[in-house]
Amino acid sequence: MAPTATIEISPGSEPREKLTKKKLTADHPTWCPGCGDFAVLSAFYRTLEKHQFAHEKIVTLAGIGCSSRFPYFVNTHGGHFIHGRSLPFASGISLARDDLHVFVFGGDGDGFSMGGNHLDHTARKNFNLTYVIMDNFVYGLTKKQTSPTSPLGFKSKTDPSGSVDEPINPMKKLVSSGATFIARTHASQVKHMMEMMDRAIEHEGFSVIECLSECVEFFPGAFDASMPRKGGEFVTIEEKTLDGTPEDESRHDPLDEVAAFNLANLEWPGVFGVFYEKQRTTKNKNEAELGNKARAKHGDLSDLEILEQSFNRMI
Amino acid sequence: MNAPTDSSAMPPTTHIDRSSLKEETISDAVIRFAGESQDGIQSIGGFLARLAGRSDQEVMTYMTIPSTISGGPSIFQVRMGTGEILSAGDSADFLVAFYQNSYEEHIEHLKDGGVLIYDSDHVEPDTQDRRFIYVGASITGLTIEALGGNAKTKGKNIFVLGLLSRIFNLDVGKLKDLMRERFGGKGEGILRNSYLAFDAGYAYPADNILGRYYQFEKTAADASGKPQVSMDGNQALTLGLIAAGVRFGAGYPITPWSTIMEALRTELPKYGGTFIQAEDELAAISITLGMAYSGYLAVTGSSGPGLSLKMEALGWASMAEIPLIVINVQRGGPSTGLPTNVEQSDLMQAIYGSHGDSPRVVLAPRNVEDCFYIALEAGRIARKYSTPVIILSDQALATRIEAFDKPDLEELMRDPRPDLVPRQEDFLPYDLKQITRHAPPGTIMQGGKYPVVTGLEHDESGHPTANPAMHMLMTAKRRNKLKALAKDIGKTDVFGDHEGDVLLVGWGSTYGPIREAVKRLRAKGEQAGSVHMHHLHPLPAGIERVFSRFRHVFVVEMNDEGLYGYGQLAGILRACYRHPAIRSITKTDGLTFKVSEILSGVEHLRGDAVATYSSYPYL
Repeated sequence: MAPTATIEISPGSEPREKLTKKKLTADHPTWCPGCGDFAVLSAFYRTLEKHQFAHEKIVTLAGIGCSSRFPYFVNTHGGHFIHGRSLPFASGISLARDDLHVFVFGGDGDGFSMGGNHLDHTARKNFNLTYVIMDNFVYGLTKKQTSPTSPLGFKSKTDPSGSVDEPINPMKKLVSSGATFIARTHASQVKHMMEMMDRAIEHEGFSVIECLSECVEFFPGAFDASMPRKGGEFVTIEEKTLDGTPEDESRHDPLDEVAAFNLANLEWPGVFGVFYEKQRTTKNKNEAELGNKARAKHGDLSDLEILEQSFNRMI
Repeated sequence: MNAPTDSSAMPPTTHIDRSSLKEETISDAVIRFAGESQDGIQSIGGFLARLAGRSDQEVMTYMTIPSTISGGPSIFQVRMGTGEILSAGDSADFLVAFYQNSYEEHIEHLKDGGVLIYDSDHVEPDTQDRRFIYVGASITGLTIEALGGNAKTKGKNIFVLGLLSRIFNLDVGKLKDLMRERFGGKGEGILRNSYLAFDAGYAYPADNILGRYYQFEKTAADASGKPQVSMDGNQALTLGLIAAGVRFGAGYPITPWSTIMEALRTELPKYGGTFIQAEDELAAISITLGMAYSGYLAVTGSSGPGLSLKMEALGWASMAEIPLIVINVQRGGPSTGLPTNVEQSDLMQAIYGSHGDSPRVVLAPRNVEDCFYIALEAGRIARKYSTPVIILSDQALATRIEAFDKPDLEELMRDPRPDLVPRQEDFLPYDLKQITRHAPPGTIMQGGKYPVVTGLEHDESGHPTANPAMHMLMTAKRRNKLKALAKDIGKTDVFGDHEGDVLLVGWGSTYGPIREAVKRLRAKGEQAGSVHMHHLHPLPAGIERVFSRFRHVFVVEMNDEGLYGYGQLAGILRACYRHPAIRSITKTDGLTFKVSEILSGVEHLRGDAVATYSSYPYL
């Protein structure tokens, strides 16, 4: 049978039994006891439970790092790719298969160092996928080297007398990258984490969450200033409700890029919540539109007939 | 636009009185055009090649375009003939020189007795040099006159096409059909100007100056009865990929690969897929691997330096066992090297690049037609053995135009759809008992356990493991599937004698000159043959039996003899088969092999015990 010009894939299995945490659990995580990543995994299970996607349509992906072991702990289709390139890998999946729900997990080294360039381009092109950066300010898998988010003065095996390089401000980088959904959350705040994941999933386009997740082994106490039980303060962003009240004036407008940038500039530990959210045509839609236009010119010709035409022009 | 105001500007193009002229029948002609890249001389070559394709003439072209976008010397060589055309021809029968420097640089490539056609507005040839015949025409002036004075340099190429049509008695009707197909879509004015320039060239009595005109030998109509198509190697690869079922891919621009990605960008959306431009080479292969993992046959590609950047991800593809097609249109290297010249120096990178033991398949097309079929072969292998497949093309193949029989597309087209059939409970992503066949996302796993594809060493179910026995077993699994492919390749054809004195071994675009060299050796009564390697990794099982039937085995390749005196394939063949008769004929001037260079390599090596013959022995 000659293939036709359109490739159609079923939207997913009919709802069968409920997708539970039990069904989503795979190998027991290899993380150190007390690692912040356990809570992120748990929040992800619960978010998936809430959404009830067809099981086979969920894809969990990662690059390299402690947090990037994630796909082994989630029982979905998954891929463990190379260091820093999980976003392009995920972009390819998202683009070729718009029927899938694509989730990418990784750390600060994967996202901001090795994969820094890919983060910018995935964001500006607005591929439809969700990316969670589990930021611990240190390289854990390789046992305590400086990371792109390590604060100045941080003593590591590669900076024994303290880091001298200005760290990346993730929120500033993300706002300037053109990402269409940008949030910041904390592994010790499960409810907030789930709320951010939830909104990221609802967002059509590239949604990215920086989640502070403590490395108890190599940078304990890194996030104490943002943890109430360690004497710190967890300050969330109040978003505009457009209720017309005077106090709404001072609330944050997630459509306001400059305001988002100013929030990102606040002194450590800063604030948590949705910094920026905007609807912009996704790469997936743009490419699909190209396809629609190209096919419109060819009526309902089959692939074979279109290729025949190309050859006949070369005679 | 400029409608003709004077009837003398539209000379009759079909009734030329040639009663006083001598007809000279020729079997083939090598015509070299030398100008600047903005002169559009490639399009003359394109027209001639396609005309020849429609006239049942074998045609081959040889082209260089400089890496600078505009300006700089540019040449195009077309060899037209009615027999089997194997190479672009060592030296030219005709040279068309647009400028003084093009004349000076290329006149030594003209055969004795050859014809120099030159633009008398720009070129002053040394007519005292009695080796050549001189035909001067005011190409610039007459073109401007024909187009109405404001045409500047545009149209000179079409004028020259008209001039050649008269000299070679070409089919004007067919050429005008081709011009209408090429320019008709760009507006009536453009097409009319093209006709005006063509007619002005055709009206110029170059045949009178020569005292003769040429007529290609009439041959029996093409035996296959199939229509001929004319295209360059990159176009053939692009169309082959589509037929192979490739619907997705990503790339990054680099010469001479870019024209493939440009064509895929335009074509794939028509077939329900897409090809996107990535931010860099690393992203390009990573995006493509995502598309491949998602269940489609996908392609990425580049030229030498870009392939180096893709190497880490290629290692992942070997480890995770993902079907993938990677094209490398080789150019002169290393580094930026010679971006618009030809070289076959990426063979080692293709086979052994990346880290760890990362087996992959390497194929090389031999001519333009083969570029089409090799894409299908690459697709078949990638799917069947769940492996990355590298296609090593090169700059010469990418840009030269050849005519070949239109393929039987209905027979060849492959279904692009992902295999999403639910997998049973006993599914293992990395089953040791059989070749890996992944379950793409979207596949229902009836056992409830979903697979992870991974670059970590893994057990059969995809779990990471550093178990020593498992790493040995999995390394063997990845190796043994390619050994199975080696047995599956089939017999390698030997051209010429199947035993005797000299066997020439080649790969890639050297196919034509090597074959012609064998023909010439045999014409002298020698026992000579050649094998051309399609499959470079794995090598076809049993190939060593062919080598053992010849006294000398000379591997002809466009790369360096290296530290140990052997070109890249020669070194591999010696290591694999430990056969002392295997030696090297190499060259590194960035140009395709001339038949004469191969023949002098054979002469030198035959009487000597040295390992290598280089075309430049003083280096």
